[in-house]
Amino acid sequence: MDLDFTESENAFRQECRDWLEAHVPREPLASGDTREGFSQHLEWERKLFDAGWAAVSWPTQYGGREASLVEWLIFEEEYYLAGAPNRVTQNGIFLLAPTLFEFGTEEQKERILRPMARGDVTWAQAWSEPNAGSDLAALKSTARRVDGGWRLSGQKTWSTRAAFCDMAYGLFRTDPAQARHRGLTYFMFPLHAEGVTVRGVDRLDGDEGFAEIFLEDVFVSDADVIGETNEGWGVAMATTSSERGLSLRSPGRFMATAARLIDLHRRYQDRAGPALRDEVIRAWMDAQAYRWFTFQTVTRMMQEESIGADSSMNKVFWSEMDVRTHETALSIIGALQELDERAPSAIDDGQWMKGFQFALAGPIYAGTNEIQRNIIAERVLGLPRK
Amino acid sequence: MRFAFTDDQKMLRDTVREVLQRECPPEVVRAAWEGRHEGAKAVWSTLAETGLMGMTASEEAGGMAMTALDLVLPLEETGYAAWPAPIVDTVAVGIPLLEAAGTEEQKERWLPAAVAGRIRIVLSFEGQDVVAHAASSDLLIAERDGAAFCVPMAEVTVVPEQSVDRSRDLGRVSFDVGPRSRMRQDIDAGALLSLARDRAALGTAARLIGLSRRMLDMAVQYAKDREQFGKPIGTQQAVKHRLANALIEQEFARPLVYRAAWCLATSAPEAPTAVSLAKIYAGQAAQFVAKQALQVHGAIGYTIEYDLHMWMKRAWALAAAHGDAAHHRERIGRQIL
Ligand SMILES: Cc1cc2nc3c(=O)[nH]c(=O)nc-3n(C[C@H](O)[C@H](O)[C@H](O)COP(=O)(O)OP(=O)(O)OC[C@H]3O[C@@H](n4cnc5c(N)ncnc54)[C@H](O)[C@@H]3O)c2cc1C
Repeated sequence: MDLDFTESENAFRQECRDWLEAHVPREPLASGDTREGFSQHLEWERKLFDAGWAAVSWPTQYGGREASLVEWLIFEEEYYLAGAPNRVTQNGIFLLAPTLFEFGTEEQKERILRPMARGDVTWAQAWSEPNAGSDLAALKSTARRVDGGWRLSGQKTWSTRAAFCDMAYGLFRTDPAQARHRGLTYFMFPLHAEGVTVRGVDRLDGDEGFAEIFLEDVFVSDADVIGETNEGWGVAMATTSSERGLSLRSPGRFMATAARLIDLHRRYQDRAGPALRDEVIRAWMDAQAYRWFTFQTVTRMMQEESIGADSSMNKVFWSEMDVRTHETALSIIGALQELDERAPSAIDDGQWMKGFQFALAGPIYAGTNEIQRNIIAERVLGLPRK
Repeated sequence: MRFAFTDDQKMLRDTVREVLQRECPPEVVRAAWEGRHEGAKAVWSTLAETGLMGMTASEEAGGMAMTALDLVLPLEETGYAAWPAPIVDTVAVGIPLLEAAGTEEQKERWLPAAVAGRIRIVLSFEGQDVVAHAASSDLLIAERDGAAFCVPMAEVTVVPEQSVDRSRDLGRVSFDVGPRSRMRQDIDAGALLSLARDRAALGTAARLIGLSRRMLDMAVQYAKDREQFGKPIGTQQAVKHRLANALIEQEFARPLVYRAAWCLATSAPEAPTAVSLAKIYAGQAAQFVAKQALQVHGAIGYTIEYDLHMWMKRAWALAAAHGDAAHHRERIGRQIL
């Protein structure tokens, strides 16, 4: 065990910190889940890419710097501590890209990764359907074989930022004779092509962060299939496990939230009282627990151990921690907690109410926490399914 | 950054695990509950043969000069077995403290015997005069008014108390605070004692993780075996989610304990905060797992006849020993707020 960072890891941290200090926008950008904010965020993403920070762990040929997993965690810590903008490229860089590295062809990687990291082509996830949420294998959208490719039809929903994105990826039934998770194929498809209708849906916080996607005979070429035909389920599971595991929510994000909470408490401690003080300490401690758990996980990954269903523990922990932390902040704010980011008198620009509303989604997306607990009980503890 | 134990560290854990599996089954804990400590004492001798008791002593003292990091996994195993013995007091804290702060005479008299596993040491920090296993130990190392004392148990008055965990054989200790039993005065006793307190808290946290693992194992096994409504209760989602929650609490506490061990082993400046974090989370986890395990067992878990209660009660005792959550939270609060 060696929990010190190496000299080169420390140097890497310093380099991140220096660059971020010089470049993070002074004024906060508009929400990345609005049309206006989305393009502001893309400008920022381009800056990140040009300086080589967009996807630090990727090979250099795609614009990364071949950072280790530990370095990636360091980058994330510095990134959020510096108050840098949320990543609107996340569904590409952190969720689709790992799938492409594992299952994609050379041609796909060449064609897709750089524009993805530069924010030139933006990506949305299209798994959920009106009648396929937790039970994703119940999905109904289909892909029909045609010359040189496929025609996609059906309806996807709750697709984050699809209203502003260029491309999406998801599962479609390619073999109607097979049931459930067999006979599905993993496709990437354009959102501006003929036959596609995207309708934005306002989320809880009022941003147009969701979208429904309607597909009618949309043509997709064979080059946009990831993995084997009819074997999409296994490919998709790889993506969802990176989502639950490390890549979506690294500890840096929550450490930064805890630091902001401590700062909030410092300013309003007179009215906070001892019970809230304890909750602030707890928030900091939970973020630390998540941090050390993650360093342990990353060491396991670097030793080629499979993390498997353990990633479900991660997802439950960070999502519930995030809700509690924001609840604590709102309790400190007290009577003004209802003021949102549009209110002139809101404390901290109303970011706590905004963050609270987003935190409430954590236990729902990336597989609800009920589903995660089923997975933990059955696959980690070995309890019987039926 | 590498968060993993070495093969040697895991081997030592396995050795201790095997000894305890063989020699410290629940019947041994139960016997200690009934005042029969022979079984638990025999385990001490067997573990002494593996060298465990001398692990933390220097090589000159016949020990292995090992650190909190080498010790944390073996201690976790002693929690798993609920072995009723002052192993943290003796090995994690007492022996290094005796070596660092004992007079030549004190060291000569006690150190070789402790390293060989012939004597047992118990601790009484300032304000903590209710001590487990005092009556059955040989030497008391105590802190009074900021000074350290090393007192043969023959000179200590032990008034029996009663723990909800009977196997702890609890007593209130008092002794004559005289120059004869003073430890070295030419050293910074305050620093050594605060290090000793952190070692005690960390060792206790490690045991709590072990307790937690055992209770969860018991509950999971029971959920697989026990049938109601024609199927195992473990098929029920309410039962599954309880146990999943228990696992989460436990698994997020664990790395904090290992990290605190590393901090102590390397004298890292953040060691006190790391120890407090470890102690809080390990205590919380063990008490949370205890509750879930009891609920999953139903009435059988609510009896003295069934083993679970011995682990639960140990968890209640240790969660508050060497600093309860409020104490450690305050220590962290002062650091971060
Ligand atoms: C902010 C946000 C962003 C999202 N982004 C995307 C996206 O980009 N792309 C995308 O495809 N989807 C996205 N989703 C959708 C998300 O994946 C689904 O909401 C999720 O899978 C749950 O499906 P559902 O909403 O249909 O709920 P349901 O599956 O209908 O579940 C409703 C409730 O029933 C519970 N439940 C269901 N089945 C079980 C069971 N077996 N055991 C116990 N409880 C059960 C659930 O836990 C939940 O509490 C997003 C959701 C949110 C909130």
